[in-house]
Amino acid sequence: MHLPIYLDYSATTPVDPRVVEKMIPYLREHFGNPASRSHRFGWTAEAAVEEARNEVAALVHADLREIIWTSGATESDNLALKGAAHFYGGVKGRHLVSVKTEHKAVLDTLRELERQGFTVTYLDVQKNGLIDLEAFKAALRDDTALVSVMLANNEIGVIQPIAEIGDLCRARGIVFHVDAAQATGKVEIDLSVLNVDLMSFSAHKTYGPKGIGALYVRRKPRVRLEAQMHGGGHERGLRSGTLATHQIVGMGEAFRLARQEMAAETARVRRLRDRLLEGVSTIEAIHVNGDMTARVAHNLNVSFAYVEGESLMMALKDLAVSSGSACTSASLEPSYVLRALEQPDELAHSSLRFTLGRFTTEAEIDYAIDLLRQKVGKLRDMSPLWEMAQAGVDLNTVQWAAH
Amino acid sequence: MSYSVKVIDHYENPRNVGGFDADEAGVGTGMVGAPACGDVMKLQIKVNDDGVIEDARFKTYGCGSAIASSSLVTEWVKGKTVEEALTIKNAQIAEELALPPVKIHCSVLAEDAIKAAVADYRKKHSA
Repeated sequence: MHLPIYLDYSATTPVDPRVVEKMIPYLREHFGNPASRSHRFGWTAEAAVEEARNEVAALVHADLREIIWTSGATESDNLALKGAAHFYGGVKGRHLVSVKTEHKAVLDTLRELERQGFTVTYLDVQKNGLIDLEAFKAALRDDTALVSVMLANNEIGVIQPIAEIGDLCRARGIVFHVDAAQATGKVEIDLSVLNVDLMSFSAHKTYGPKGIGALYVRRKPRVRLEAQMHGGGHERGLRSGTLATHQIVGMGEAFRLARQEMAAETARVRRLRDRLLEGVSTIEAIHVNGDMTARVAHNLNVSFAYVEGESLMMALKDLAVSSGSACTSASLEPSYVLRALEQPDELAHSSLRFTLGRFTTEAEIDYAIDLLRQKVGKLRDMSPLWEMAQAGVDLNTVQWAAH
Repeated sequence: MSYSVKVIDHYENPRNVGGFDADEAGVGTGMVGAPACGDVMKLQIKVNDDGVIEDARFKTYGCGSAIASSSLVTEWVKGKTVEEALTIKNAQIAEELALPPVKIHCSVLAEDAIKAAVADYRKKHSA
């Protein structure tokens, strides 16, 4: 077993060796520009790009003409939101709806649109991290042009009710964008039945390379976008720039493997995640963040009460996990996603995000459980807050000497 | 955060973790910080009849630097009179542990913890 153990698959995944193999010829002999129409170098590259496009489309039951290559999910989100807002803003209206727990690629793009004069409603989530469909319905207005809701949350892994949201949007003629960066290869996505107009994808969360992504743009009914990148008119004018053939080939192969192996892999990963949950549940005073049913199989986000985040991360240096609490210089600040869940004891806890994946083993999970039990125990033995809690003191009633 | 060898040593092998009975005559207890700020230190000193700190214990909720700072002061106050203990300054703690600038507040908190523990001891004895 190699230390540290990688349990941060939602940050990024290793490129599957089969994907690497498939990519390499497109860096060497098949180096042609897919836009070169006059010779075989170009034709070979173009054929590879289209085959990959077909694989990406196949994973989500789309038509290959609906897939636009981008540099990643952040660019896809930018193109979808700015592109649709700019196109429909003058027609439908200048009101947009999204959720407080969206990824920064969506939230920051919406902030920019607000700066440009759009109005955005950011919906709260319920304590389980899911949006309330009634509240969503109430937020829609006659001038709402665009809605953006992610499929799987990157921090707490909850799956939003995309199908229902899509139906509500379609009924009112509102363009619906979904960031699916964390969902491909993890949950079934069927764009032939979902009323989704735009969907963002990333390769590197699904065992493909970094620096490549895609945007699904629905053809029927047709969704229009204003291009954000201008140049040679690649990708039907929606995204200019020479295509990165090797990256695209990598994404195609990664998505093909995802399609073939998703069912078996999800079952295996879910067993490991549940084993981790079971192990962590033997530790007192923990809290699982986010709904456990509407949730991707590979995510576990847990708060450990009376333990400080940075010292916990220090104690867990053999685990590559992500802290739900951003430790700034002095204070422990829960992330905006966890804050949106309105946890009761936010004064004194730290949370960890475990995300498992294709190469996670049972031995690694068992090691992680042992280490967590040991280190959380050690830090609590050292924690005056734990001592007080054990003695029955309500920490919220204590007058702290702030400094 | 890259820590000095001394911080890591104190963090991994904290000295004098634990507590005394706060009601005992010679025991002074100081609790400083707040959970919302990310650190709470509890320092206890046991003072003998000659006014010398015989023993010390701590518990800390906080980052590695906060744990190391409190662990260090339990070592430093032992054998000192309460007056001598009050001369320990945060700058000395920060220097000994080579704390980065953003962690200086941890040493300030450790100094405050000594003052609070001594104040509690004195309050008991003036009564």
